[in-house]
Formats: sequence, C-alpha cells, structure tokens
Amino acid sequence: MAELTYLQAISDGLRTEMRRDKRVFLIGEDVGVYGGAFKVSAGFQEEFGPWRVIDAPLAETAIVGGATGAAMMGLRPVAEMQFADFISCAWDHLVTIAAKQRWRAGTPVPIVVRLPSGGGFSGGPFHSQNPESSFAHIPGLKCVCPATPEDAKGLLISAIEDPNPVLYFEHKHLYRRIKAEVPEERYTTPLGKARTHREGSDISVITWGAMVYTAEEAAQQLDADGVSVEVIDLRTVMPWDKPAVLESARKTSKVLVLHEDTRTGGFGAEIAATIAEEAFEDLDAPVKRIAAPDTPVPFSPALEKAFIPQVEDVVAGLRELAEY
Amino acid sequence: MAIAREAEPVGSLTEVREAGLDRDDLLGVYRNMLITRGVEERGHILYRQGKIPGSFYTGRGNEAAAVGVATAMTSEDVGTPLHRDMGVHIVRGVEPWRIFANYMGRVDGPARGRDGNVHMADERLGMIAMVSHLPAMLPVATGCALAFRIREEARVAVGWFGEGASARGDAHESMTFAGTRKLPIVFVCDNNQWAYSTPTHFEYATEHVADRAEAYGFEGVVVDGTDVLAVYREARRAIDKARAGGGPTLLECLTLRMEGHAVHDDAFYVPKPMFERWAESDPIESFRTWLRANAELTDSEEDEIAAGVKKLLTSSLERAEESPQPDPATLTDGVYATPEDLDTPHHK
Repeated sequence: MAELTYLQAISDGLRTEMRRDKRVFLIGEDVGVYGGAFKVSAGFQEEFGPWRVIDAPLAETAIVGGATGAAMMGLRPVAEMQFADFISCAWDHLVTIAAKQRWRAGTPVPIVVRLPSGGGFSGGPFHSQNPESSFAHIPGLKCVCPATPEDAKGLLISAIEDPNPVLYFEHKHLYRRIKAEVPEERYTTPLGKARTHREGSDISVITWGAMVYTAEEAAQQLDADGVSVEVIDLRTVMPWDKPAVLESARKTSKVLVLHEDTRTGGFGAEIAATIAEEAFEDLDAPVKRIAAPDTPVPFSPALEKAFIPQVEDVVAGLRELAEY
Repeated sequence: MAIAREAEPVGSLTEVREAGLDRDDLLGVYRNMLITRGVEERGHILYRQGKIPGSFYTGRGNEAAAVGVATAMTSEDVGTPLHRDMGVHIVRGVEPWRIFANYMGRVDGPARGRDGNVHMADERLGMIAMVSHLPAMLPVATGCALAFRIREEARVAVGWFGEGASARGDAHESMTFAGTRKLPIVFVCDNNQWAYSTPTHFEYATEHVADRAEAYGFEGVVVDGTDVLAVYREARRAIDKARAGGGPTLLECLTLRMEGHAVHDDAFYVPKPMFERWAESDPIESFRTWLRANAELTDSEEDEIAAGVKKLLTSSLERAEESPQPDPATLTDGVYATPEDLDTPHHK
C-alpha cells in the first residue's frame, strides 16, 4: 500500500477507472492542460488525450447537461465543477433532467459530478460552501462525502460505476492535509454504508467530510473527562446509512449530529428527526445539532472561524450531552 | 439585415429526388403529416371529453418543420423533440396509441403515467424525453453529439428549441460548446413567433434567431417552416455536414403557432390578419397542392391515404382507452436506476 494524500487518492481512483473503462471521461474547466484548479487531473490529458480529458468553456450548464447527454449515449462522464459553489449554475440540469429522467422516462443517467467543497481557507461566500443537503433533498440524486483517502478512492470508483447521477463532494480542506495508506489495486467502497471512525460507548457523533476530524479531536478531549465518544462517518449522505446511525444511537443513547453546512434544513435535521422518530425510547438526551450558523460563508479568518464548527464547539456540545 | 442564409423553396420533383426522396417517400411524408395533425386533433377531443388530465398542447402549423427535419435523420441519429414536434415522434415510429395513452396518463404511454402530454420519448427510437424548461434539452443533445465525437461515430444529434427558448443561457452555452468543438449537432429552432403571449421582438433583437449562428462559428439557415420539402432539404444538408465532421448548423424553421400556447389559451394577442395570412400557407394543404402539381398525386391516392390515417387513429384511440391506469403502489419504484437498467444497446 502506498501512502497518498486525499487528493492523490481521488486522482488514483479516477485514473484507475479511466484506464479500466474507456467509456469514462473527464470534462470541466481547466481540467486538461492545466490539470484542474487543484491538480486532481494533472497529467491526465497526456495519458488519455484531449477527447477524454476535455477542457470545457466556462459553461457549467453545458458541462453538466452535456455529461447527461453523453451518459444517455452510453459514456460514463465525470464532470468537474471548479468549486462546488458553481454547481448553482448547473442546478437546473442536475435537478430537472439528470435526477428525474430514470423515474420519469426510464432513462438512467450514470454521471459523476466532482465538487471541491468546504471552507477553512478564506475562500469566502463563493468558494467554500457545502451544498450537499440541497441535493440530498432531490429524489434521484446521490451524494457522496468522503473523509479519508481510502474512501476518496473507493467511493469515487463506486460513484463512477453507479447507474445514477452522483455528486461527489471532495473536501478541499482535506486535499493535502490528510494522508493515509491506500490500496494500490482497484476496489469499491459501497454507497450508503457508514464507517465507524472511532468506537465509543457514551455519546455518538454522526458526521461526514472534514468534520470527521473535528469530531475525532473533540472525542480525544472527552476521553480525559472519562467520556467515551463514538464517531460515525456517514461517507454518503444520500443514500445514508440509517441502520448504522440508529444502532449507534441505541448503543450510546446520546447523539450529536455535526456538519459544516448551515444549520436550518441541513442534512443533520433529517438525521435528528429520524432518530427522534425511530429511536426515541432509547435516548437519554435530546439529539443535539452542531452546524454552521445560517449565514453565507464569511471571508475573514476571524469570521470564518466563528462560522465553521470548531473543536471547542464540539467539545462543549459533547460535555453538555455528557452531563444531561 | 439578415446574416443567416435564407433558404429558397424547393422547385421540382427532380430537385426533391436530388435531396434523397422518391415518390413513395413523399407520400410517406404526407401521411406522417396527416397522422401528426390527426393525433393532436383527436387528442384535443379527448381533452374536451375530460379524458386528459392537466393541460394540452398542440403543434398545429409546425407539422412540416417537425416531419421535415425528422425525415432527414437516420435511425442512428438521436434527437430531443419538444412539444410542437409531434411529427418527430410519428416519423421515428412511435405508435399513435401509445401517444394517446401518454396523453391520458396510462401505463402504455412512453412516460407510463409519470409525465404527461408530449413529455415523452421512446429511447429505443433515438429520442430523449423533453422537460418543461424549454432550452434545457439543448445541452443534453450537445452531450449526445459529444459522445458521438468521442467515439468517432458517424451519428448526429438534433436539438430542438423555440424562439422563446433561444433567450435562455442553455441555448448560448450549448452553441458555444458545440461550436468550439465542432460537434455533430443540428440546432433546430421552431420559430412559431409567439412564446406564449410574447412576440419575437421581445425575445431577440436580430432579424432571425439563426443570425446568431455566425457568432458561434457555424452556419445559420432560415427556412419556411411550412414548406416540408425545403425543411427536409436544409435539414438533410445540415445533418450530412455534421456527419461529415463539418460541425453544427442552426436551422430556423419559421412558422406560426396556429393555436394558443395550450388549449386554455385563445391567443387573443395574435393579430387576426396574421392567422389569416399564415392559414393560407397551411403546411399540409401546401404540400398536398405541391404533390398534385409536381408528383401526380391522384384523388384515389389521396383518399386512400386519408382513410388509412383515419382508421389508424380510430383503432389507436380504442387501444389507448384500454390501457390501464398506473398502479399507485408503483409510485416510488425506479427513482434510482439499478445496474440492470444499463443493460441497453446504448450502454454496451
């Protein structure tokens, strides 16, 4: 096994599929000659040629709509949004056509849209968002949010293999910060199967993406208090692993749902409601949510720190639950 | 001043033969136009009988444009026809009883009751089901053309839109992308002069929609959309060019929407003389006259074709009415595709 950064693992997954399956191609802004804004596809155009690594005009609708058409003709497009935020320009195509075509017309749309998401580097309101909840709400779409390099590769391969439109949220804050061993061979990580990042017995934290590491750090601090915290990494928010979440909730009887997206209508609300509906009798405290406040993502580091849930916020939340 | 080429009408049978249609083909075109109008007329009756839920749209006046373009496509080509393009479904072989079933929301319609009116397509016949967001099918058609280019297949995509839809960014992005990559696609604009109640001068400020093609780096052509042979000839040229690697064409078919936006709309905002003038160039009547003058269409042939179409429509209606309503228990089926869904010729 090689040690890869989260970003290298994404490249590895994409390269693996492009080598294995000539139907797979990449389309996006600056993905070819430049290798992608974050260099995920550096060297790809040299290897696969300009018709499998396609530099598109600055036209997200044409990129996602075009990927949809190409998928209907039997190809397996991977479309890159330069930043997840720009998916707003292609919202119509994902939601109106790609998401509904299977149910409505019987036509599967096997596309992957790669979405560099998340904040923590003063990207401001238009380069930092985590819009997964908006899409998890749309029947017909799948949303993948890997936290580890191993999952980044395995989930990307699963996403490409999946016969549905899959939004693959790759967290920019993890790109070069997280490094771990990744199997060199091809493997898939199933969509809809959560991962226990850390076992514990007193409180469960349900989270995904970069917040897995925030939860981990907070959990370590709670160890000192003698409180054992379990961290469940959802891996995919649609489909989401309801049985694993309910099992953890029933085991620990206290749950904190944590996400980097804003609070109201965030996917954490769905998780909290489900736990309340289906595991109420097993709970010893109300389900707690920690999320970003309901504002756009700020630019200034001082403001951004106040926006993105920090380790100390999670520690405080866990202590509240522990004492309940 | 027009920038697009303004196509001439088709003159003689010889010219038509040169464009690839023999006499039998011409009679087939005539028949398809009659079926197209007949399906919508019968559909309108069904609607008034309360058998069609929701609203009802027709393409009266657009029969030549739809049939002409579709006749120029090969079976390997794909298209994204819209709600004035019933003729495309007819030419490509969708059986009228399935269209009636779709109108009525029955299980045998291509959309199986999950979507209505002309929001349907038979994928096996090379069509992709439209959505209500009208230019939204253009990027999809562009993507089909991209797939053909990537695989180096000699296939062409045809993407339809209206002059109203030409205002949206989807049209611009599609034509930009297709132009830069010289993709094998024909953009067909059904310019029926009214986007619901909005006239053309509030939709675009050029003389023709096709004038824009120049800005995207390909040819724009304006053709009389009531002249099925001229439409066919221009569509055939554009499709052949795309197939040969010559890139896109924007083909604008000028017609008049002879009815309201949908049947609830009496089109009071369209000046009466405009209707009267365009009624004189009714696409079916014009073609019938042409066939009699140039292809020796006889009374008995005409009667035989009309009787055949009438019989087809009557039996189709009967069959559609027998089609079951969808089972509510199936509502949540198929939101997500399964790997077996990819077991189609497209995905091999």
